[in-house]
Amino acid sequence: MLYEQIAMNKRRTGYVMAGFTLLVVALGAALGDVFAGSWVAGCLWAVVVTAVYMVIMISNSTDVVMSLNNAQEIKNEDQAPQLWHLIEDMAMVGQVPMPRVFIINDASPNAFATGNNPEHSAVAVTTGLLTRLNREELEGVIGHEISHVRNYDIRLQTIALALSAAISFLVNLASNLMWFGAGRRNDDDRDSAGGAIAMVVSILLIFLAPLAASIAQMALSRNREYLADASSVELTRNPQGLISALEKIDDSEPMQEADPSSAAMYIGDPFKNKRKMTDLFATHPPIADRIARLEKM
Amino acid sequence: MAWIIAIIVVVLLVIWYVMLYNGFIQIRTHVQESWSQIDVQLKRRNDLIPNLVSTTKGYANYEQSTLKKVVELRNQLTAVPAGDRQQTMEVSNALSGTLRSLFAVAENYPDLKANTQFSKLMEELTNTENKIAYSRQLYNSTVASLNMKVQSFPSNIVANIHHFKQEAYLQVPEEEKTAPNVNFDDFGNDNK
Repeated sequence: MLYEQIAMNKRRTGYVMAGFTLLVVALGAALGDVFAGSWVAGCLWAVVVTAVYMVIMISNSTDVVMSLNNAQEIKNEDQAPQLWHLIEDMAMVGQVPMPRVFIINDASPNAFATGNNPEHSAVAVTTGLLTRLNREELEGVIGHEISHVRNYDIRLQTIALALSAAISFLVNLASNLMWFGAGRRNDDDRDSAGGAIAMVVSILLIFLAPLAASIAQMALSRNREYLADASSVELTRNPQGLISALEKIDDSEPMQEADPSSAAMYIGDPFKNKRKMTDLFATHPPIADRIARLEKM
Repeated sequence: MAWIIAIIVVVLLVIWYVMLYNGFIQIRTHVQESWSQIDVQLKRRNDLIPNLVSTTKGYANYEQSTLKKVVELRNQLTAVPAGDRQQTMEVSNALSGTLRSLFAVAENYPDLKANTQFSKLMEELTNTENKIAYSRQLYNSTVASLNMKVQSFPSNIVANIHHFKQEAYLQVPEEEKTAPNVNFDDFGNDNK
């Protein structure tokens, strides 16, 4: 099951990338047609811009994600001995290299993992997690995060995040162009037709941004959370720790400054469903459900 | 033609044999590596115990008899011959148990608990204890895959020829939590 999941994650990363590439090409064609009169040029530009953006994003995704979430890196064990030791333990028993360690200054208990692969991974926890959870509970949470690392969930998440960021970058660029471009295109002879197309495109673009976000969210299936919970218990051999950790995480206030685009990465929903989300697009399965599955072990 | 086929078959058989052999070498190295992980932690704990003694020295009434037992077990552990993994772990388990009971009663000594030196030492020792348990878990799972290879066909032929033998599992102390039954079947239906 675990190996199937890893293989599936690698395959899915491919699908996500292919899907987004198509989206980018289509977006570029629409933009090129409207603003430059050549959809081929538009495609090329969009692909180049996205490629550059992606390379930049993915090569330092960990730092980008961490700064979006106001996380500070700690470099040695003296700064948070217990946390450091637990991450060492879980990395050892999960047989992955030691991830980088980050702390987020927030009283709400939460945690996430990110990175491109197990060799380049990072784990972030909030100060609230460190103060409210005891050692066993913390161990369960760290086990969960290390499982995300081990299962290659982090790579899929990183790529989905980078791609949706690239899309929204293009959308922003387009809407800026639309403001200036509208004036410039007045001397164009296909004035009214161009205007109509621009309208359609702008509407299309408005719909594209949330679509990109929801594709990314669906790719980060909620199933992954259940699986990481189970794998965590496999590492710690102690379901009770994770159960009471999840109870504490559930029974707390929302986080102050979590980044909305990385909400799906956290172990518990950082917004506590403040945003009205339908079940289909919910990033996290209900905690009660997760606890029920853990109790069966 | 038949010659060529025969040569190809022989070459493939040799390659296959070499791969099986190398697989054994690799897994044997893994077993040794995971043992040395345990060994590192045992040494670390042995180094920490004198600190524990000196830190608690000022608190004259702090569990003298238990502390004495800890030091005794530590000395016993260093006296175990290097190759004897089973006996090493036996003494180590006894030491773990004694240390755990020592920690449990630390709650009764508020001024000792307030001592930062002591709490730092507690964290270090707890960390070492956990790492011993986890590296033992790792050791046992590597041994399990070695043993499976030694027994199953056709790798058992290579094992017999080159004397790769099964290794014994390390005993997990009774008081330690038994492994829960992790069942992945409940998970992952909406992924397919």
